[in-house]
Amino acid sequence: MPGLGTSVGRGGATTAQQSLADSDAILIMGSSMAEQHPVGYQWVVEARERGCKVIHVDPRFTRTSATADIWVPLRAGSDIVFLGGLIHYVLENEKWFKEYVLHYTNASTILRDDYVDAEDAGGLFSGWDAEKKKYDPETWLYKGSEPKKENGQSLPGHHDAGGGHAKDRGGEAGNTTEFETDDTLQHPRCIFQVLKRHFARYTPEMVERSCGVPQDVFLRVAETYAAASGRSKTGCICYAVGWTQHSTGVQIIRAAAILQLLLGNFGRPGGGILALRGHASIQGSTDIPTLYDILPGYMPMPFFDADSKTFEQYIKQHSTEAGLWTKFEDFMVSFLKAWYGDAATKENQWGFNFLPRVTGDHSELGYWLDMKDGKLEGLFVMGQNPAVGAPNGRLQRKAMANLKWLVVRDLVEIETSTFWKDSPEIERGELRTEDIATEVFLMPAAGPAEKSGSFTNTQRLLQWHNKAVEPPGDARSELWFVYHLGRMFKGRAARERTPKNDALNALTWELPTEGAVAEPSAEAVLAEINGRDLTTGKLLSTFEDLKRDGTTMSGCWIYTGVKPAENRNVANERSAHDALGHGWGFAWPKDTRIIYNRASAAPDGTPWSEEKKFVWWDEEKREWTGKDITDFKKDMPPDHKRDLSKGGLEALDGDKPFGMHPDGRGWLYVNSGLKDGPLPTHFEPLESPVENPLYPQHQSNPPSDKKQRPDNPYASTPHDSRFPFVLTTYRLTEHHTAGGMSRSLSHLSELQPELFAEISLELAELTGVSPNDYVTIVTPRALISARALVTPRMTPLIIQGHQIHQVGLPYHWGWKGIVTGDVANDLLAISQDPNVRIMETKGLVCNLIPGRHPAGHKALDELHELLEERP
Amino acid sequence: MLRDLLSRWPVLQQIRTGSDGTGAESWSERTRNLKPKTAGCEVTRGVCPYCAVGCGQLVYHKDGKLISIEGDPASPISRGHLCPKGSNTHQLHTHPGRLTKVKYRRPHAKDWEDIDLDTAMNMIADRVWDARERTFEETRNGESLMQTTAIAHLGGATLDNEENYLIKKLFSGGLGMVCISNQARI
Repeated sequence: MPGLGTSVGRGGATTAQQSLADSDAILIMGSSMAEQHPVGYQWVVEARERGCKVIHVDPRFTRTSATADIWVPLRAGSDIVFLGGLIHYVLENEKWFKEYVLHYTNASTILRDDYVDAEDAGGLFSGWDAEKKKYDPETWLYKGSEPKKENGQSLPGHHDAGGGHAKDRGGEAGNTTEFETDDTLQHPRCIFQVLKRHFARYTPEMVERSCGVPQDVFLRVAETYAAASGRSKTGCICYAVGWTQHSTGVQIIRAAAILQLLLGNFGRPGGGILALRGHASIQGSTDIPTLYDILPGYMPMPFFDADSKTFEQYIKQHSTEAGLWTKFEDFMVSFLKAWYGDAATKENQWGFNFLPRVTGDHSELGYWLDMKDGKLEGLFVMGQNPAVGAPNGRLQRKAMANLKWLVVRDLVEIETSTFWKDSPEIERGELRTEDIATEVFLMPAAGPAEKSGSFTNTQRLLQWHNKAVEPPGDARSELWFVYHLGRMFKGRAARERTPKNDALNALTWELPTEGAVAEPSAEAVLAEINGRDLTTGKLLSTFEDLKRDGTTMSGCWIYTGVKPAENRNVANERSAHDALGHGWGFAWPKDTRIIYNRASAAPDGTPWSEEKKFVWWDEEKREWTGKDITDFKKDMPPDHKRDLSKGGLEALDGDKPFGMHPDGRGWLYVNSGLKDGPLPTHFEPLESPVENPLYPQHQSNPPSDKKQRPDNPYASTPHDSRFPFVLTTYRLTEHHTAGGMSRSLSHLSELQPELFAEISLELAELTGVSPNDYVTIVTPRALISARALVTPRMTPLIIQGHQIHQVGLPYHWGWKGIVTGDVANDLLAISQDPNVRIMETKGLVCNLIPGRHPAGHKALDELHELLEERP
Repeated sequence: MLRDLLSRWPVLQQIRTGSDGTGAESWSERTRNLKPKTAGCEVTRGVCPYCAVGCGQLVYHKDGKLISIEGDPASPISRGHLCPKGSNTHQLHTHPGRLTKVKYRRPHAKDWEDIDLDTAMNMIADRVWDARERTFEETRNGESLMQTTAIAHLGGATLDNEENYLIKKLFSGGLGMVCISNQARI
């Protein structure tokens, strides 16, 4: 989320899938959209039929490549060089959209004199602390901005504590409402000039050297994509986990955002960035987060010893003086009223101290290592299959054997629930069932047609699914499970009124239930999420009505409006009346389908062109009008001058479309909120056979965390002859993630019955492998066997004069279900990018040898032998 | 009666309509009476549970049983289409591998045993309560902490917003759990 969040303000796709049909060029990179989002891909096909150019950049030739105008194979992990090359091309060849860049981005903003760019310091920005391996971002602020300080000390914010989701926005490190600008863009320290210098070395030659993309091919892409810019053209970028699952994942998305800002593509039909999410409600599960570092609506969890001492300090730290985050206190008080009801009062800081404090890295991979080290007692797993789906599966499974108890809720008996009896570790004699003390509860879950509720799809759209039938037997929804578990805890807490139970006793937990099993009403939960006016009891229709005086409540302010009346559930409305689907579901915020759409009009409020007319200022009616809800103050004219005393959007000028940011501008350069620098900079993956050609002193992203330890070892790259090939993992159309929802189904199993490794003809020849042979793929963590799929769809690349081979591996299989296979994720390391603690799965190194690995303990012997072989 | 029989006689139909014997005139009584499996079903609107495209689904059910799950032509996103996974949503609900009973594995045991739902709920509540009692920290250095790191949660991207809301509210806002994570990152 911070990639998009810090660049344009919100951590969500900026457009709708249907709007792809209006694009003049579509760049798909870090995604095989035709295979992973096939039904959404119809809009790309439709665009192409209308003359749009489709470009697919991906190590593998897939069905997306087959239907694109241009396919460019590149080396996994070289994405920032490629995108940096596009940025360089746009700047050098004057292809940027001047009016858009000048008015709608921070190109003209001048940086402080003590800011040092990575280009001038061998890959490190100013503020680097080599001992702590992290940045102090104060020097990244704008010239004239005040750092947020208290008693002469920087307010600590979240920079020390970890996490990243909440920092989808600025204003953490300093007050960026005041700053100096140079509208001629000539000042040597203005962002436009800094950007030019930063990407000066990302030339077509560098792209060829690092990505393995010949210069003429790269220039064809650059010319084609850069042409989709200006008053009457737009281009869209689609990405998926092929970008996010890197140690530089957030910065790859940042690079795409810079490109789109320069080309003037945000907020316009056919433009923007479409983040393609891989689960039905993955957007929803960060909006309403089952995550450790944020609260609903991207508000930060309080961090111990940082911003949590008083409510006042917390509010001060996370509010801005202009833009929508000036309302942070309104959102937060309303949120605390939703959770703690009457127990949240002005006197007790609205129950702020009921919230637990974050004390470190409580993310999945962080606590999993603690679990391995015996520091956890119990674990709930609901709808996820980490025994197969998480990196370094061997460590994952052994860690669970150190739990006292485990509760797994799923539709079927997934691998995570049976690691104690049939995992590879049992088969190989590493663990013995009788030694494992873990108590396991496997609870049958209800399927989506057996319960009501909403999913938030990849374009921020909430769609309600309705219960059709009862779940079978003792299967129940998660709503039922958590609600009734909560009632038991509430009962116990009521009997033991100790300070420890204060939060539980304060928590509002009354829901109407229905049917024989007392299923709680999902619509009542949605009403709480939406929010009410507590003085009248009425449901609210917009977050603009939320107040800081305790008279309103809302469980997730960005969703306010989804249930504006007792008899309305907008997520369940199904009468689309235009191409963007207004009338069908609810897109946050305020049912806006393309966000930042003020940018679809010129600074003076008129449409950029007839072709791309979308939202504009109606001078007669004195309001914004058009084909979407305006993501702007409806009656604020284009010539409005900011009034800081009013706060909110009125504290921004009328030509500033990015209202989440305190300066209302799209951020080419991010002054705060990222942990690895204000501008994207190329670093090699944590394991890469290639030396970093741009910053030889820093092979990989300096603040990333390898979590290296004996049970999570790494290759000694770039020169580890044991692992000469690049490995990248991916999904197939016919399976879903770790297989929990697909490997038990006969049709899908028949369509994709077996694990395979996709390799080029050249690699097959080099390793002596014939089509359909078994091969063994080896990394420092594990070895697995698969059938060789020898195909020209994979192609070796020439990098720095050497041939680099890439191996593609789908990761859906495990040892249970109708079709089984080795666990590809066993090969991966647990690692964490600095911003969101995601692991690197899309670019690492491996070896590939002919033949199948032996069964039982001999597999481990073979792994150890292979790891010891060094020339 | 006779008239009806005659009118259905393929030869007569062919002569009358000039057709070639491969159309409706060749239907048998059985074919004529065939109905789609969804005939007489109730329909509720659903959303595909696999990827995040958000395809619309029509869920056909009769007498409390799922009959079919198909693409919703009215959806402005999917326009009636479903991919192989989405087309299999009916089987996802009805296949014989579905769990219907709680399974319990005792410490060191070699196999599952069935237990009833209420028993399981009570046992889980006991374990959470016990771990929390022993590990909960109210304050540290005089500052509010209200936290336990002994219990963790994983999952959410396949669940409903309302479910995630209750999980975060109870686990974090009530019990003080901070180790909460799901599939989503960026």
